[in-house]
Amino acid sequence: MLGGSLDRRAAVACLLHDRKDLLVVTGLGSPAYDVMAAGDHANNYYLWAAMGSAAMVGLGLANAQPEKSVLVVTGDGELMMGLGGLATIAVQKPKNLTIAVIDNGHFGETGMQASHAGLGVEISAVAASLGFSWTGVITDMAGIEALRGRLDDRSGVRLATLKVKAENAPRVLPPRDGVHIKNRFRAALGFQPV
Amino acid sequence: MNAIDRVAGAGTDWQTAVFSVLKRHDVKHIVYVPDAGHATAIRLANADNSMKAVVLTTEEEGIAYLAGAWLGGERGALLMQSSGVGNCINTLGLIACARFPLLTAITMRGDWAEFNAWQNPMGQATEAALKLMGVMTWRADHAGDVEPLLHGAATMAFNGDSACAVLLGQRLIGEKQWVK
Repeated sequence: MLGGSLDRRAAVACLLHDRKDLLVVTGLGSPAYDVMAAGDHANNYYLWAAMGSAAMVGLGLANAQPEKSVLVVTGDGELMMGLGGLATIAVQKPKNLTIAVIDNGHFGETGMQASHAGLGVEISAVAASLGFSWTGVITDMAGIEALRGRLDDRSGVRLATLKVKAENAPRVLPPRDGVHIKNRFRAALGFQPV
Repeated sequence: MNAIDRVAGAGTDWQTAVFSVLKRHDVKHIVYVPDAGHATAIRLANADNSMKAVVLTTEEEGIAYLAGAWLGGERGALLMQSSGVGNCINTLGLIACARFPLLTAITMRGDWAEFNAWQNPMGQATEAALKLMGVMTWRADHAGDVEPLLHGAATMAFNGDSACAVLLGQRLIGEKQWVK
């Protein structure tokens, strides 16, 4: 099945290197573990459920914080469950939002069944046809570094598929207390609990 | 007011009230799947430069969007039809687990004088489905109830990190005309 040869942990760590005030939303499962493995951060919001929602949480955040760069890190299966959301994002065109799809072509969390991406759906091509300003297929670390360089530009909404190996790295679990993660994230932006 | 008056389009005042209450509660994001009952609020939101009006392909996108907006420090509301509640069920788990505020106004189908019986199963299950997922509900069947109930729901959503839904009944909205 498709996917690629990138090491997902190395790719995500590279993407988040020297992240400054980047705001990060993760989809549930392995992408959350990848982001956690790169270092827990108050500017991370980890989803543990609501599959298909990561990109739309990113859109709401990007629209509410237009001065900040927002990065969604999610899996190809998670993204596909909310595919309509890509159309919603495309018509909103938030200039501060980048979606990085960790594409291993499989449902890694549930036994490595082939996913739609693995069976031939190229998510970045879908995003391009929907009207995303920039889309890319990334197959090597130079491509990851180039994507990192785009996170702070304001040329338009971006999506890249990161073609990674279909293997489960050791789980590095983010905090699971949803209220804690929410309040920690908001506090880092200066918002107090109710 | 009798049913004929409602059919003729009376009751647009309550539609304006929906928008006014949201404005008064500092709602900055109105996310929606269109419904005729929400047409006024959607039009006013799209015309308001201090608001983001976001059209969704499906209602659960709105749950996720509003969570993101709240993470970024801003308030929003979801406008949808009762059939959309069914699409939101799993995503409402996010609201419950992280105690995000949720404010939604829901126009009812399958509720009263429904011509299309295919709307009935979800319409009849709407309020129970919301309650099953931890959403508090209020019903408005008369125009005068809309403003106070939505104000109350907004107060409890944003001051208490609570999930709050106001159901706008079909008797309020008026009977849909299928034959011209």
